[in-house]
Amino acid sequence: MASEVNTDFLQDKKLDSIAADILRPVGITQGFVVWMGFLGISLMGCIYAYSIQWDKGLIVTGLRDYTSWGMYIANFVFFVATSLVGMLISSILGLIGFKWVKPIARIAEIIAVAFAAVAGLVIIIDMGHPERLGNVFLYGRIQSPIVWDVTVVITYLTISILLYFLPLIPDLAISKGRMNHTPKWLQNLYEVMSVKWQHTPEQYRLLMKAIRILLILIIPTAFAIHTVTSWLFAVTLRPGWDSTIFGPYFLTGAFVAGSAAVVIVMYFVRSNYKLDKYLTNHHFDMMGKLLVLVSIVYLYFNINEYLVPAYKMKTAEAIHLHDLFVGEYAVMFWSVQLLGLVLPIILLLFSFFRKPFSMLIISIVVLVAAWFKRFLIVVPTQDHPFLPKQYVPQAWMVYQPTVIETAITVGTLLLVLIIITILVKFFPVIPIWEMAEEQHELDHKSQK
Amino acid sequence: MSQNSKDASPDHGNLEHGSTNSRRDFFKNFGLFGAVAAAGGAAIYSGYNYEETKPGANFVRVLTADNRIIEVPKEGFKDIKVDLNQLQKQGREGLKGHRFVMVIDLAKCRNARKCITACQGAHHLRPHEYHINTLVMQESEHTAPYFMPKPCQHCDNPPCVAVCPVDATFKRQDGIVLIDNERCIGCRFCIAACPYSARLFHWEEPLMAEADKGTPYNVELNVPQRKGTISKCLFSSDRLREGKLPYCVSACPNGVYYFGDENQDSVTNGTTKETFRLSELLKVNAGYQLMPELGTKPRVYYLPAKNRLFEFKDDKDPVKSI
Repeated sequence: MASEVNTDFLQDKKLDSIAADILRPVGITQGFVVWMGFLGISLMGCIYAYSIQWDKGLIVTGLRDYTSWGMYIANFVFFVATSLVGMLISSILGLIGFKWVKPIARIAEIIAVAFAAVAGLVIIIDMGHPERLGNVFLYGRIQSPIVWDVTVVITYLTISILLYFLPLIPDLAISKGRMNHTPKWLQNLYEVMSVKWQHTPEQYRLLMKAIRILLILIIPTAFAIHTVTSWLFAVTLRPGWDSTIFGPYFLTGAFVAGSAAVVIVMYFVRSNYKLDKYLTNHHFDMMGKLLVLVSIVYLYFNINEYLVPAYKMKTAEAIHLHDLFVGEYAVMFWSVQLLGLVLPIILLLFSFFRKPFSMLIISIVVLVAAWFKRFLIVVPTQDHPFLPKQYVPQAWMVYQPTVIETAITVGTLLLVLIIITILVKFFPVIPIWEMAEEQHELDHKSQK
Repeated sequence: MSQNSKDASPDHGNLEHGSTNSRRDFFKNFGLFGAVAAAGGAAIYSGYNYEETKPGANFVRVLTADNRIIEVPKEGFKDIKVDLNQLQKQGREGLKGHRFVMVIDLAKCRNARKCITACQGAHHLRPHEYHINTLVMQESEHTAPYFMPKPCQHCDNPPCVAVCPVDATFKRQDGIVLIDNERCIGCRFCIAACPYSARLFHWEEPLMAEADKGTPYNVELNVPQRKGTISKCLFSSDRLREGKLPYCVSACPNGVYYFGDENQDSVTNGTTKETFRLSELLKVNAGYQLMPELGTKPRVYYLPAKNRLFEFKDDKDPVKSI
């Protein structure tokens, strides 16, 4: 990413056409109203489900003393995982200098913000006393990984919001006068949010500097957030969680889920907003290659995580692995590993499958599998504590997620979709000024 | 005032003095009158009170600690206000100079489950909510099965305490691990961390939530229990404060439990009330700890299930009995 910005692109006529293309879908449309109405009404039902849980307690879930972390915690891990893609694309790939990530970077940041924000909410939903959340700050104990997790989740969310918002400022200023098709309040909002941006070279210099600092800062933060999330499990003594590679195992898995999420959003943005010019087949091809790369790395960690204990078959580990490989969870386990990891790797090695539509299908499968993968990490381990489960009711013996629990989980997913929809619909989804600048540079070079 | 009287002439001073005197006299007189009035009022009031509390009017029979039945006027009753802050303070401090320890003799356990019911009664728990549970154990196919009572191990290196984000569960100087349900946020990290499955969570409104309403929370008894928080074995620290043995230890009909103080190197059997040297008891009977390889350093010792004088009969189906 260039640290110097040549502001000549502002005079370039190409800017007008780029801005027109990207701003055209911004605003309230009929499709948006229907989609948001659907999400909103469904969310109401899920909020009602939570009100029941608030009233009656966590008894309305399938959780009991032995399996006391279930769908909510799996969902939390999934959300944190998916949000990490913001760091991978804007930061790691951006800083290395891959130009193709430019139009995708904002989509990645939107996913980061949406998932990280709701992840915090998911963990609150799982608490027995959500109104006591303040205790974590009042009486927080530094040796508890939950305190580390709260700290890094908040930090990551803050940096992600800044990384979404800062590059948006010039776009908001550019949009002034080009937004006549949108409601007045949105134009006013742009006016406020563009913080009197004047497009001076000095402003761009400072902006680039700030973004660069944030892009560097977010790398250790993102590593920390998911490593610490994995430590919620790895610091315990339980077979299946008691693993030294949980940090990198979670981290690499996160990139798989996140890349798939980016592809899905890219696809719908491209097809709904007719932005084929900016999100080209080349971008899908590159995302396909990225997905193969991160999936192979993740597969490598999976082999380590399962093969090594399976070779030794220590008593407690053996019970756990037996459950996964041939027991109760075998169908879910092999579906996730084969359909969600091995098959996508094989398919995406061929350029034939790295086309937008097939990428969409593969990414949906990968993302769904990623959710179930988190479930397989969280739940089966608790099924087999060191000491036998005896003299308890049947509900204590097996974890069976309830309708209410599922509805609340679906609600958190809806909330993510709502945040993504709002950000995608009300603000330029592709960085206008960066596209214009790049175009200007290209033209300039060809003229020379 | 004093500055004035110094500067002024003696005459003036006298005058001033005189006037002060008269003012003081006035107050004195008024005070006297006041005292008389108060005494009179008190007399009338006590007379009224006497009428109200005359023998036979409002008396209640009370059994004293030394087994006498006495009659006490109802009006003389006074609620003892137990202060939550005081309970919390003493509960977190623990009992100075002690290191409590439990020894469980597996050779004697017949799964009478009296320890469990005594515990659940004291802590207002449901039949499937265990601070202590008796498990049917069998190490391998060809070894004899045995019953194993399993309370919280009150580890000296407690994984549950390490992971608690808000210091709701804590280790006291007397070795006991407690849970403060006034502080607990219900994240259940401690349940995930505990290798002995010693903790329970109140998924629903606790058994006696209604009846316990208004009772000040005693962290040493963990009553009132609270929905959405953790509960666990407390080594009956409320009983220890009174110098008594824990509920489970006293309730056992089979002499399974020994309880005592590591500092004094003595433990008392809850059934026979015999006292033994802790070190001797463990040495002679080959005492051991549960999963010591995990590094948790439990404060509960087990004596092996050898020489059982009764037949092992697990007539209670572990799952369907509830």
